[in-house]
Amino acid sequence: MKKYGSFFRIRFINGLQYRMAALSGMTTQFMWGIMEILLFRAFYQASPDSFPMTFQALSSYIWLQQAFLALYLIWFWESQLFDSITNGDVAYELCRPIRLYNMWFVRGMAVRLSKATLRCFPVLFFAWLLPSPYGLTLPDNWNTWFFTLLAMTLAFLLVVAFGMIVYMSVFYTISSQGVKLLASSVSEFLGGSVIPLPFLPDKIRGVVNMLPFASAQNVPFRIFGGDLVGKEMYLSLLMQCFWLTVFLLIGRAMERRALKRVVIQGG
Amino acid sequence: MIQVEHMNKTFKVARRSAGFLEAMKALFRRESETIHALSDISFFIGDGEMVGYIGPNGAGKSSTIKILSGILTPDNGTCIINGRIPWKERKEHVKDIGVVFGQRTQLWWDVPIIDSYELLKDIYEIPTQTYKENLEELTRLLSLEELLKTPARQLSLGQRMRCEIAASLLHSPKILFLDEPTIGLDAVSKLAVREFIRNQNKRHNTTVLITTHDMQDIEALADRVLLIGKGTLLLDGSLDDLMNHRPKEDATLDEIIATLYRDYDI
Amino acid sequence: MNSIGLYKKYCLIHLKCVMQHKVSFFLTTFGLFLMSFNIFLGVYFMMVRFHQVNGFSYQEVLLCFSITLMSFTIAEAFFRSLDTFDSIIRSGEFDRILLRPRNCLFTVICSKIDFTRIGRLLQTILMFVYGILFSSIHWTLFRVIVIVLMVLSGIIVFVSIYLIFASICFFTLEGLEFMNIFTDGAREYGKYPIGIYGKTIVTICTYIVPFSLFQYYPFLYLTGKTENAWYGLLPIAGCLFLIPAILFWRFGLSRYQSSGS
Repeated sequence: MKKYGSFFRIRFINGLQYRMAALSGMTTQFMWGIMEILLFRAFYQASPDSFPMTFQALSSYIWLQQAFLALYLIWFWESQLFDSITNGDVAYELCRPIRLYNMWFVRGMAVRLSKATLRCFPVLFFAWLLPSPYGLTLPDNWNTWFFTLLAMTLAFLLVVAFGMIVYMSVFYTISSQGVKLLASSVSEFLGGSVIPLPFLPDKIRGVVNMLPFASAQNVPFRIFGGDLVGKEMYLSLLMQCFWLTVFLLIGRAMERRALKRVVIQGG
Repeated sequence: MIQVEHMNKTFKVARRSAGFLEAMKALFRRESETIHALSDISFFIGDGEMVGYIGPNGAGKSSTIKILSGILTPDNGTCIINGRIPWKERKEHVKDIGVVFGQRTQLWWDVPIIDSYELLKDIYEIPTQTYKENLEELTRLLSLEELLKTPARQLSLGQRMRCEIAASLLHSPKILFLDEPTIGLDAVSKLAVREFIRNQNKRHNTTVLITTHDMQDIEALADRVLLIGKGTLLLDGSLDDLMNHRPKEDATLDEIIATLYRDYDI
Repeated sequence: MNSIGLYKKYCLIHLKCVMQHKVSFFLTTFGLFLMSFNIFLGVYFMMVRFHQVNGFSYQEVLLCFSITLMSFTIAEAFFRSLDTFDSIIRSGEFDRILLRPRNCLFTVICSKIDFTRIGRLLQTILMFVYGILFSSIHWTLFRVIVIVLMVLSGIIVFVSIYLIFASICFFTLEGLEFMNIFTDGAREYGKYPIGIYGKTIVTICTYIVPFSLFQYYPFLYLTGKTENAWYGLLPIAGCLFLIPAILFWRFGLSRYQSSGS
């Protein structure tokens, strides 16, 4: 555990050095949020009845999305890992007394978390100051808080686990670019980064909800805004657990087979 | 002809310190300090001279080269090269000089060397006849025939450096600045590069200013040595003058430089 | 050799480089296409649900989207060097550029031409044609001129922003993420006519960064939402943005030369 701790600290300090980058990153996120909300406001005014969720819930969704971008954005790749597989440096990692999958999993978590902790609080704070229904509205009961946090954790692990599958797939394809691009663009839309999933036509939404990407940011952000409640919420949480397990199993199986191949081929 | 008089150059550098708390502090306030890269530098280099410019890392060698080649402007002082002030008449000035940075490349990574050369011909507007003659001569002297059709990324360091030097000489510059041209090269390549530079100087009377950490470069190439430390010119003289500073009879050049560094406290 | 001839030479050499990495080139092109196709899907599903926004129909929104994205894509493809100028400075490549007996801004621009944007360009052309064919715009010669002006002015505005971004790198030596608000943000949110974001945004996008001048106002005229033909000529005013951008570049350059890196 200790080595993972120091690992995290190095990344964190490293991140702090780029204060201009962090500052302008936050500005960007904040502006993005405002533009998104203005955009949806126009649609809301065009036809309030067609709006699939309350405007308040939408605002919360958007602000959480902006604040926790680093946690849930799939295409937040670490090129170093890709490179280490392609050029064979990964062999060094295999000499360490830690399982590669666990090492990289923690690394993925650390990088994302350090980036997010640097940037989320100011964005959340400013969003909270904004007038209703454009700002971040806090839930009034502990249940919602609890389930949001639970779903956030599950979604975070899911995203990291999916990233692991993408990293592992490079063992089999050599060129990481194609996998990266496909994974990025597909997950972006199906995860609700382009437009929140409730805005999709009902038929399509039925299918998309079953897919793993709907179990990422979609779940916690909608729980927080009160859009996802009751039976549907429990179902979504179950789906999150299901997909997380599946991703973990697939990723670890891919790792085992890949390493066997590396060992047999002699690196 | 290079004439430098009372040249000064200072930089402001942000200070970064280690540690978590320091990093947090730096979030809000960043200290900067002024570094005197060059203070009151004066020297004169005549046409066709070969001069070695030596000094420890951070002594101001690169700054000098950058000023002489028109990339940087000094804070004050004068610098006249072939009748021009480099940073004021940059475009005209750079046609007269060739610069080789040992650790950087000007060649296109993915296309054959000859394509990079053809592009340089157009950038420098080299007349076709001159270009042909120069290319032919450089190819012969640096044995580039087989390399010209190869992309830069497939060349070894030594091969690439030869191509690099040729690229800097295609437009027949009167002055050549070499910034650590032999860094990282194997023994054979080093000898080839030195041999070529000496030749170039003899044939075309090219003025050569070479910065290096390799004392053999100096011994082989420089008739004259400029020693700089902490931005100040410490010694301007022949190789023999430098030798007079040797601590003991059989001291190598390396040891002499080390002693000088110690004596001048740099 | 004049600058145009030299630029062509650079283009050729960039093409040759691309051919050395065909697979990677194809994948990047395709990936960029997918990314902007996602944005299209977003617009499509929103318009399916809401039918119109601020009085603009789906076809009109698509036309507006294509104009913005086309300007952006062309600017990005040919002026990518300015967008990645921080790396040019940090790698020392800029020193090499200053050693060339040419205008250094010209040499910087030549140093990178990004052909991978061609996939996205294709998409914008498709949307553009679709928008022109199916939106109920009453086409006159003047309106044709206006739409051409919109694209051209858009390119110039985006290039100006890139130029300002690059000039900032002279001071900070690293790229500033917040400049993305103006480039990526404009691409992202310029998919709808700027008017739908409300008065404040339109004002900002008129007087601070002239997005509205090439996108919103002329588009109002194009779609017949205003009869004021002057709106159709505002893209020309948008081009003036290039002047302060170039002045700022010059200022940054002189500052770089006196401070170094």
